[in-house]
Amino acid sequence: MHISEGVLSPPVLVAGAALTAAGVAMGLKKMDNESIPRVAVLTAAFFVASLIRVPLGPSAVHLVLNGLLGIVLGWAAFPAILVGLALQALLFQFGGLTTLGVNTFIMAGPAILCYYLFGRSLTSKHPGLVTAMAFSSGFLAILLSSLLLALCLIFTGESFLQAAKVLVLAHLPVMFLEGLIVAFCLAFLMKVKPELLGVTHAAG
Amino acid sequence: MHIDNFASGDSLLHRLDPRLKIVIAVLFSVIVAVADKSLCLATAVCFSLALLLIARLSLREVFLRLLVVNAFILFLWLFLPFTYGGEKLFSIGPLDATRDGIIYALQITVKSNTIVVALIALLATTPIITLGHALSHLYVPSKLIHLLFFTVRYLQVLHLEYDRLRAAMKIRAFRPGTNLHTYRSLSYLIGMLLIKSFDRADRIRKAMLCRGFHGEFYLLSHFKLQKIDVVMLLIMMLVVGGMASLQWIILK
Repeated sequence: MHISEGVLSPPVLVAGAALTAAGVAMGLKKMDNESIPRVAVLTAAFFVASLIRVPLGPSAVHLVLNGLLGIVLGWAAFPAILVGLALQALLFQFGGLTTLGVNTFIMAGPAILCYYLFGRSLTSKHPGLVTAMAFSSGFLAILLSSLLLALCLIFTGESFLQAAKVLVLAHLPVMFLEGLIVAFCLAFLMKVKPELLGVTHAAG
Repeated sequence: MHIDNFASGDSLLHRLDPRLKIVIAVLFSVIVAVADKSLCLATAVCFSLALLLIARLSLREVFLRLLVVNAFILFLWLFLPFTYGGEKLFSIGPLDATRDGIIYALQITVKSNTIVVALIALLATTPIITLGHALSHLYVPSKLIHLLFFTVRYLQVLHLEYDRLRAAMKIRAFRPGTNLHTYRSLSYLIGMLLIKSFDRADRIRKAMLCRGFHGEFYLLSHFKLQKIDVVMLLIMMLVVGGMASLQWIILK
């Protein structure tokens, strides 16, 4: 889920960069010096996780996991995703410099939303509710990211409308897959290491 | 995981002051991303190819990188020629491809690849840690730089961790497929990876506190502009400035 360099129009690039700058500033403000290693190691872990190829029918997809990242890292998701994407740009030339802002916001915006919608209510005693919320955070994050991606293309030019529609539709299976993976993953984390989710007492 | 693939080398670009390279890379990317005049883009193509030659990188490697980058562009090619509007050139079934649409798609392809080639030649020729140092000299917030340093440091460690977990699964006859068992197993793998990194992070934090870390990295190596740096900076600024004036002044 990266927009390549040279595709988007200047206003979209500037808007993305501005939103990301604000988000990163907010994230850095909330991140004290002591928590830098924690955020960094988790950023690296998410980076590695995004390299896993998950089979889906005849092909395989890479996970984005921005919903889970939002829940685990909160506002630090912005700097974390920025660093992750910068590394991808430098290591694999995915994305690039001018699209760094847009691409970061496309992934980090939904991550923050998931943090506020689901991050704090994971302590609920009702296991079914927790699973439902975990699934939604994976599903919703990809849905919103692909919608943002589509919007960036549409704001660049009307001629992208068709491509944008297909992009969102193509992400549909990925949404379900991510929902499923995040649901399993969160259930596992709640059982084994609830501290990681900022939960002080084990729920269940 | 291989980090710094292109960074080993001894070309002029490898030795250039990374601060300059970052500044030029940013200016160049921004101008090319915004430009739409063909003469400006042609200059950009020549410039990035020249950089690539000066950097003396394996052209095959660079080409392989470009293939991956062009996946998204290829996807756009499926639509743009038919949706852009303008004078009809040919048609496939009910779809009319237009000249303007093809030119637009071509322009995007050229812009995208030009920027990536320049980025490879300019930035991938410097180790990431050195780039981090250079960025901190360019007033990027220090917390962000620290985050970058730590992430790079643990990327390889965690990738080894991942390889170990994956090998353990393989030994237990795990074969991925499109089924719930695969998804559950991979989720637990990701969960385990996060837990291991969380514990590791805690150990790192304690170890660093023991050694008196209080949010400051002291940079030992400082960059110093050499004569060749200044000459190259002038040349590159001239080209980039020329591109900008072609785009906005001369061809207005």
